[in-house]
Amino acid sequence: MTSIAAVLEGRDLISMRDFTRDELLAFLDEAERFEDFERPIMAGKIMGSLFFEPSTRTHLSFTSAVQRLGGTTLGFADARVSSTAKGESLADTIRMVENYCDIILIRHHLEGAARLAAESSNLPVVNAGDGTNQHPTQTLLDLYTIRQKRGRLDNLKIAFVGDLKYSRTVHSLIETLTHFDNEIFLISPTSLRIPSEFLEDLDARGTVYSEDEDFFSLSSDVDIIYTTRIQEERFPDPIEYEKVKNAYRIDLETMLRVGTEVTLMHPLPRVNEIATDLDDYPGAAYFDQARNGVTVRKAVLCMLLGIDRD
Amino acid sequence: MIESAGSEATDPASEGPAATTSSGNAEPLIKVSALREGTVIDHLVAGTALKVLKILGIPREGAVTIGLNLESRKGGQKDIIKIERREVSPQEVEKIALLSPRATFSIIRDFKVVRKFKPTLPEVIDNLIRCPNPSCVSSDDRVATRFHVARTDPLKVRCHYCERALKKEDIEHL
Ligand SMILES: [Zn+2]
Repeated sequence: MTSIAAVLEGRDLISMRDFTRDELLAFLDEAERFEDFERPIMAGKIMGSLFFEPSTRTHLSFTSAVQRLGGTTLGFADARVSSTAKGESLADTIRMVENYCDIILIRHHLEGAARLAAESSNLPVVNAGDGTNQHPTQTLLDLYTIRQKRGRLDNLKIAFVGDLKYSRTVHSLIETLTHFDNEIFLISPTSLRIPSEFLEDLDARGTVYSEDEDFFSLSSDVDIIYTTRIQEERFPDPIEYEKVKNAYRIDLETMLRVGTEVTLMHPLPRVNEIATDLDDYPGAAYFDQARNGVTVRKAVLCMLLGIDRD
Repeated sequence: MIESAGSEATDPASEGPAATTSSGNAEPLIKVSALREGTVIDHLVAGTALKVLKILGIPREGAVTIGLNLESRKGGQKDIIKIERREVSPQEVEKIALLSPRATFSIIRDFKVVRKFKPTLPEVIDNLIRCPNPSCVSSDDRVATRFHVARTDPLKVRCHYCERALKKEDIEHL
């Protein structure tokens, strides 16, 4: 483990804002060493997994990471079975659970719940999503995938397409990318533009960006298209939704117009924003993201627990 | 009493007992302008004086003078508050700084300015601001609120928990 990686031992992973560029790179470098790695180095370690809000994919991904390394998990996947449903404070639940495990994973519908949990516990706490705020291992796996597919995290043209107003994944990735030097393209319907506070951050960090409604305003030398689901419930008028939904749907024909060298990313689950005829397209990276999620989570858990891979 | 808009906005540091004799018949205004003991809060952003008074509370005794929309020597408009026989606490200064970061405080004793200072914003603000985000974990009364100053001018603070950024106009005091 590098000296920077060692500094991460015992830390919490709550928000991408808590980490420097070098620390982020240390997570990614360590994750590379966990590709296809399956030795029981987490044997005897227990992850307390507290899902106050259900999230099947995140739950499965973390559970897989722990089990591939020989660790075990306990907890609940749905808050209805926890005593918080009976009015117990989050801090009390955490103080109880920390006696049962070595690291705590928390998913909660309230923003800031993971931060509060970390303040209530001496164990490392990992945020598996707190409302619309942060989901740091998602952002790390996105960075990991970008570097894996393009070989670098700088000097890229990265387009974000779809719902840029409500997407936590997009907000966190865009903000984290300000540690690096890239050009950002923001493609969305007017009603789902990125909130101005994120543009202010991009301005303050000197990141070059542009906004457009038209998908085909993208230049053909774009490196990455990161697309997100546009949720029907965001539109009071169903006709508006139908128009928008089709305007940002990506299929093979679209990609042939934009360029076949492009890496296509999506946090999943998708509905119809990426056509299934693209699944065999060489740049399609969304299933790799899911796979990388387990790799990154293996590395993160071991780093915070101070477990060396070797 | 409230001084009328556009009246001469004086620097409290230059005021002394002499000011009471500057004009023959305007005694009510002049009388409250010179403080024997108390605090003058000057250069408040115009329109914030009443909010500041809410933070300080209206004392049972001692005169309170409020000037609204006075012309500032530095250009533009400002508010001013003078409170007799009352000194402000550091916590009150912190709250007022959030409303008006460039306010000046003059502590007056025996007609003299014994201390004049501008507030400095702390990096962390505990239990002074309410997070307006209903989905924030700090909306539970059992959780103390905490904000980090992200930018001082113009003021921007960020909730320690939900990480929402608030601009000055969105700040709600507890
Ligand atoms: Zn908050």
